[in-house]
Amino acid sequence: MGGRRSALSRLGTYGGPVLVIAWTLFPVLWIVSLSFKPESGINNEKFLPDTWTLENYRTVFDTPLFTSALRNSIFISLIATVLSVMIATVAAYAIARLEFPGKKLILSLALAIAMFPAVSLVGPLFDIWRSVGLYDTWLGLIIPYMSFTLPLSIWTLSAFFREIPWEMEQAAQIDGATSWQAFRKVIVPLAAPGVFTAAILAFFFAWNDFVFGISLTSTDAARPVPAALAFFTGASQFERPAAAISAAAVIVTIPVVVLVLLFQRRIVAGLTAGAVKG
Amino acid sequence: MTSTVTAAPAVGVPVTDRTRNERRLGWKLTAPAVVVMLAVTAYPMLNALWLSLFSYRLTDPGAREFVGLRNYGVVLSDGLWWQTVFTTVIITLITVAVELLIGFGFAMVMHRIIFGRKVVRTSILIPYGIITVVSAFAWRYAFALDSGFINTWFGLGDFAWFSERWSSIFAICLSEIWKTTPFMSLLLLAGLAQVPEELQEAAKVDGATWRQRLTRVTLPNMKAAIMVAVLFRTLDAYRLFDNVFVMTAGAQKTETVSFLAYRQMITRTALGLGSAVSVLLFLTVVAIAALFIKGFKVDLSSVRGR
Repeated sequence: MGGRRSALSRLGTYGGPVLVIAWTLFPVLWIVSLSFKPESGINNEKFLPDTWTLENYRTVFDTPLFTSALRNSIFISLIATVLSVMIATVAAYAIARLEFPGKKLILSLALAIAMFPAVSLVGPLFDIWRSVGLYDTWLGLIIPYMSFTLPLSIWTLSAFFREIPWEMEQAAQIDGATSWQAFRKVIVPLAAPGVFTAAILAFFFAWNDFVFGISLTSTDAARPVPAALAFFTGASQFERPAAAISAAAVIVTIPVVVLVLLFQRRIVAGLTAGAVKG
Repeated sequence: MTSTVTAAPAVGVPVTDRTRNERRLGWKLTAPAVVVMLAVTAYPMLNALWLSLFSYRLTDPGAREFVGLRNYGVVLSDGLWWQTVFTTVIITLITVAVELLIGFGFAMVMHRIIFGRKVVRTSILIPYGIITVVSAFAWRYAFALDSGFINTWFGLGDFAWFSERWSSIFAICLSEIWKTTPFMSLLLLAGLAQVPEELQEAAKVDGATWRQRLTRVTLPNMKAAIMVAVLFRTLDAYRLFDNVFVMTAGAQKTETVSFLAYRQMITRTALGLGSAVSVLLFLTVVAIAALFIKGFKVDLSSVRGR
């Protein structure tokens, strides 16, 4: 019994991490490998390419549908993120610091809206947007994106702000700092990591959106990358260029990987802050 | 704990100016957030409720006519609706159960990790951050007859995964599980961190086996975290859409409730009927949340450590 357990625990110590890494990276490596296969050699039924090529990346960057989708995705996601983090910061500050009736209700509302099925909004928005001219525009996506980036930011930021030692502001003022100095030198550095974390999580959500992207756009004027990927066609309408789609998929995964590499600790803290005390 | 400047007024004591000002400021600062949240969800949802009472197709707006609850009757008496509900429930049950098991394993690995802590935590965030559509394409191409390697690796010959219902559902579940297990495992990891180390040590001293410590100490102490993780993931899984769209487009009876709503509203532009499906989807999600919060006593405020 004891021997089996120690063998098991040794396997857990060394094998566990290897298993986790294999699980997380395997499909990513697969799509990277696909993106380097020539379109003609994509059916080699092997994991790795027989010959490596950059042709797919060239194709993708020569496809206006993709380059405009990339631009749309970047700006729409960033604008939705910045707007919701700004509104959420003010609200979360009030929730963390002030005593007023209804603040629990606001947090519950945020949680309820974060759980909302996006598809339920698509029909009415499709109808309203077409009549007010927001269909197939950036703003027409930024607004629905805020339906999930805003509650998420409020939730994350309230959890973060609750942990900030706000007394330090008064302490600084007693030591002779003006209220502005106290705010700028004490509160901003304490609050900034939380705000930044909320922004990363909100950006991930906006970047990932698919439902609104395919329903509320029709041309490359506003169509974001995930929607463009799903509608990507090759030379003929019926050909789905797997290798080119893979190259495009790799390109849009790069920002995610960069953010994860740079801010791993903050993302983990932000993900768990809203749900469980981390 | 919140470090509020003033304490809540005691019963019977008149509200002071300061309290009143604080309340007013609180409402002012949260007003934009509340207004935006209601405008982007409550308003369209009420609009969907309204549209669902009409027979209304965008292609024929002149024929728009009030039909009361007839759309709901049409949806609920249609075998297709129940088939999508069945598919969605099956996929939700499978994915959440498997994610809970694998996620718990991953959380244990991350909790006890000695070397490579940072590498593991970084790599586990990649599926979380990756676009669902990208994950769906990766798995679709892996299973595909022409470009895939899975049949070669497992000696399955020319088995067409996407030509049958259950093998399609298997592929969809795999993509969903791959992408969302990291989220589950991080929530569970936070729960594991809350289990008092002294209890583990005490149980060890008392001669408890590994299994006894797991079932008597670890699991009961992280029950709240497990329930929250399961609630979050269940609600998320029930709205499954992206993977189905990319991998099968609803073929081989893999259509989910979200996909049905989308197809009615956007593809068929039957806004009335589609809205009825949307409202039913929304009500189901509310029912699931209520079941967890009331039935299983998931207390969201207590686990947040206030």
